[in-house]
Amino acid sequence: MFLSSSLVDRIFGWIVRGAGWLSVSILGLITWFVAWESLPLFQKVGWREVFGAKAWYPLEGAFQYGPMVLGSVLSAFGAVMIAVPIAFGLSLGLHFFWSRALVGVIRQILGLLVGLPSVVYGFWGLVTLVPWINQWQSPGTSLLAAILLLGGMILPTMTLMLDQSYARIDRSAVLAAHALGLDMPRTFACVVLPHTRPALGAAISISLGRALGETMAVIMVAGNIVQVPSTVFDPVRTLTANIALEMAYAMDQHKAALFFGAFLLVVLNSLVMVGGWLTRRAGEGVHA
Amino acid sequence: MLERLPVLQRWVGDTRLLTGVYWGLAWGSLGLLGYWVMQLGLPIFREGWVGISWGFLAEEPLRSGRAGGIGSILLATAWIVGICLMTALPLSLGTAILFRQFQREAPRLIVLIRHCLDVLAGVPSIVFGLFGYAFFCQFMGLGFSILAGGLTLACMILPVMIRVLEESLAAVPLAYEWGAVSLGLSRVGILLNLLLPRALPGLIGAIIIGLGRAFAETAALLFTSGYVDRWPQSVMDSGRALSVHVYDLTMNVPGGERSAYASALALVLTLLIINTIALACLHILQRRTPANAALSLGRSR
Repeated sequence: MFLSSSLVDRIFGWIVRGAGWLSVSILGLITWFVAWESLPLFQKVGWREVFGAKAWYPLEGAFQYGPMVLGSVLSAFGAVMIAVPIAFGLSLGLHFFWSRALVGVIRQILGLLVGLPSVVYGFWGLVTLVPWINQWQSPGTSLLAAILLLGGMILPTMTLMLDQSYARIDRSAVLAAHALGLDMPRTFACVVLPHTRPALGAAISISLGRALGETMAVIMVAGNIVQVPSTVFDPVRTLTANIALEMAYAMDQHKAALFFGAFLLVVLNSLVMVGGWLTRRAGEGVHA
Repeated sequence: MLERLPVLQRWVGDTRLLTGVYWGLAWGSLGLLGYWVMQLGLPIFREGWVGISWGFLAEEPLRSGRAGGIGSILLATAWIVGICLMTALPLSLGTAILFRQFQREAPRLIVLIRHCLDVLAGVPSIVFGLFGYAFFCQFMGLGFSILAGGLTLACMILPVMIRVLEESLAAVPLAYEWGAVSLGLSRVGILLNLLLPRALPGLIGAIIIGLGRAFAETAALLFTSGYVDRWPQSVMDSGRALSVHVYDLTMNVPGGERSAYASALALVLTLLIINTIALACLHILQRRTPANAALSLGRSR
C-alpha cells in the first residue's frame, strides 16, 4: 500500500503544510481580533483619556487600568514567591531523600494536581480558604487569598519542571564531583544548582505566566473590587477577572475596553516570556 | 574564584548543617503539600459523595441547579469536548507529521510554527474566550453555541496536543525510517505502516491529555458556549459545560452549594479516570520504545 508514489507524496506534503499554516494562523487571528475589537475604545474615548483616567466607571467612560494591572502583577508575583521555596524543597526531597515508592506517589499526586480544573481550586478557595482568612481579618476575599490559592495552583507545575531538570543533568559532571570527594549537599550546591539555573528561570517564567492568566480561581477568592490594595487583606480585581465579570453585559466602548484589557494581559505575558527567555539564554551562556 | 560564587555555594563549610537544611526544607515542603492536598480533597469527596447518585448524573438541573441533576450539562460537555477533539486532532497530527517528516523540505516554516506555538501556549484562556466570542460567535455568525465553544477550545489545546504528538512520533527510532526509505516506501507509506502504528499509544495519550485539558477549561467557554442548562438539541444550541456549571453554582446561585460539591466531584472523578487511562498509555509506550527515548507526555507545562 502506498509504495513509492511521488504524486501522493506531494499532495500529502501540501496537506501537512496546510495544517501547519492553519496552526500559525490562529495566533495571527487572535492578535488581529483582540487588537481590532479594542480599537473603538481609542476612536471614541481617545488615548489621553484612557491613560489619564482616575477610576474604572465603564458606563461613564472612565477606564483606569492601573489598579487591575497592579492586582494581576501582585497576585502573580506573590504566588511565585510562595511556590518557589516549597517547589525547591519538594524537588530536593524527590531527588535525594525519599524512597522510590514515596517519590512515585508524590509524582502521581502532583500530576493530578496539575490537571485539576481551576474552578475546583476556586470553589475550594471560596468554601475553605476565604472563611479561614476571614477569621483574622474580614472580608476574607482578598489579595492574600488570591496569592495563596495561585501559589498552590502553580506549585505542582513548578515542582515537576524542577524535578525534570535535575534528571536531565549531565551525569558525568555529577560523577566528577563524586570523584573529587564532594558529598551530596556540596554536589547539589556546586554542580546541580548552577546547571539547573536556566530551568529554574523557565519554571518561574512559565508559572508567572500561568498565574497572570488564571481567571476562574482568582475571580472566586479575590473580592473583585477595583482598588490599589493597601494591605494583603484588601480585595483586589485582576485584569482577567475584570473581563470575565463584565463581558456578560458590556456594550460598545465598554466591550472595547475589555478587549484592551485582554491586550494588556497579552503584553504582560509576553514581557514575562521574554524575561524567561533572556534568563535562560544568560544561564546557558555561562556554561557554554 | 571562590568570591564570585553565589552565597549557597560559598556556604558549604559544615556539611551536616547544609544537609540538615536541605532535609528540613524537603520534609517541611512535603508536610505542607500533604496538608494542602488533604484540605483540598477531603471536603470535595465528603460533601460531594452525599449529593452524587445515578439520578443526579442523568437528570436535568432544576431551579438553576439547586435541585435536579447534571444530565444535560454532561451531554453538552461531551459535545463540546467531542467537537474540540475532532477539530484539534487532524490539525495537530498534521503539524506533528510536518515536524517529523518534512524537516528538510520546510525548515523555516517549522521554525516559524514552533515560535508561534510557544507564544500560543502562553496566551491566557480568558483571551481565547474573547477571541472565540469575537471570531466564532460574531464574525462567523455561530452565536453562543456548542460549536463555537468546541472550536475555541480546539485553538486552546492545539499547542499541547502538537507537542505530545510530536514526542510520540519522535519516539519511533530514526533507523526504522531509514530502513523503510531504503526499501523504497513513500512518505505516506512510512506514515501509515510505520510511524502511526508504532506511535499509537502515544497518539491515544495525546488525545486523552487534550480531553483532560478541554474538560477542565472554564474561562474560554464563558462567552462562547453560553449558560443554557437545558438538553442541547443540536451543535448550534447553547450548552453549559460542567466546569461552567460549578462556577455558576458557587458564584451566582445562593443555596447551590450542595449541587456545586456534587458537580465538582463529578468533574474530579472524570479527570481521575482520564488521568488513569493516560498513564496506562504512557506505560505501554515506554515498554515499547528504547529506554533512552526521552518522553514526558507534555505534563511539565
